[in-house]
Amino acid sequence: MLVNTRFTWMLMLLVMAAGLISPLYAQEAGTAQGFDLGELSKWSIITAGFALAIAAAFGTLAQSRGLAAAAEGIARNPNAAPEIRFVLILGLVLIESLVIYVLLISLILFFVKPFGG
Amino acid sequence: MEDLIHELLIVKAVNAVLEPVLTPIFSMFGLHSPAESDLIPDYLVMALLIIGVVGTVGSILSRNLSAENPGPVQLVFEDGLSALRTLLLDIVGPKGPAYLTLVGTVGLFIALGNLMGLIPGLMAPTSNINVTLGCALTVCVYYHWHGVREQGPIAYLKHFAAPPGAPMWIAPIFFPIEIISHLSRVLSLSVRLFGNVFGEELVIAILFLIVPLVIPLPMMFMGIITGSLQAFIFVMLTMIYLQGAVTVDHDHEDEESANGGAVAVHA
Repeated sequence: MLVNTRFTWMLMLLVMAAGLISPLYAQEAGTAQGFDLGELSKWSIITAGFALAIAAAFGTLAQSRGLAAAAEGIARNPNAAPEIRFVLILGLVLIESLVIYVLLISLILFFVKPFGG
Repeated sequence: MEDLIHELLIVKAVNAVLEPVLTPIFSMFGLHSPAESDLIPDYLVMALLIIGVVGTVGSILSRNLSAENPGPVQLVFEDGLSALRTLLLDIVGPKGPAYLTLVGTVGLFIALGNLMGLIPGLMAPTSNINVTLGCALTVCVYYHWHGVREQGPIAYLKHFAAPPGAPMWIAPIFFPIEIISHLSRVLSLSVRLFGNVFGEELVIAILFLIVPLVIPLPMMFMGIITGSLQAFIFVMLTMIYLQGAVTVDHDHEDEESANGGAVAVHA
């Protein structure tokens, strides 16, 4: 723990330094290559696909954990099944809605194309 | 994708009938429909269709109700109604059945709206964000109104400012968080329903574009399940929000009476 504190401080300083000089290299990149809209729209499509994949993966992971716990709870105490089912559905819905937000963002990027393309 | 979107016959018919009647009325108020789009958009036509069908079926069925020998249709509807009533009693509490009208209406509208998209020639009105946002705003206004009516305006605002048992100085931190959380309820209710139904329709459309036979059928079956599940979820969340707004907090009284304050009456 004591050893790690020093490392953490160093890391934080490094990140802050990188953050402070970030306008510098952003400018360099902007002047060196330029930034055309076609590139941006291509990357927005790629981002949309990856965002949906990540959201689906972790949303499913979280849902499966909840589902496993609920199944175990019902197996241990079948009398509590209605209450557990209620809580399970509520939790699954709240997890699912975040994945659906990402789905909507991806659909906007695919079909509405705010960045052109 | 664009060739999959076509104008529905019923929308065309309704617009052909109503456009000459409504255009002068709308232009009297300075409203004009945008060019190359219908005066009455398709989701509104579908919502009107649901209202018409439910109204007609309801008025026909309610004509020959009987307590002595109920028909099979009456029994089915009574079962559904009593299931909803039990759910309200479980979640909202003993005062629950008073809110049956709005909860049942919203649930029926959304369930029919979700399942309508599977019928050829119709579309799901809930796959448009305007319709779901309307439902969510209705629910939001309704539960705030009933919260104020049950608890009184000052107690209701207090319930926003600090959780029961917390000191009052927490209010400046807590109040904005509560406001944001109540606004995000509207957002999440509307966007969840819209995203589910729209995504479902989109998947069916894309599968239909690739293979127009048999392959979309499993997704349409999934559509039946998710459509009814989403309607149930909307109803359930409405009940939970109602419960949160309507339930009067008795924590302080309990603490005083049960010298220890370890009694938690409500969930």
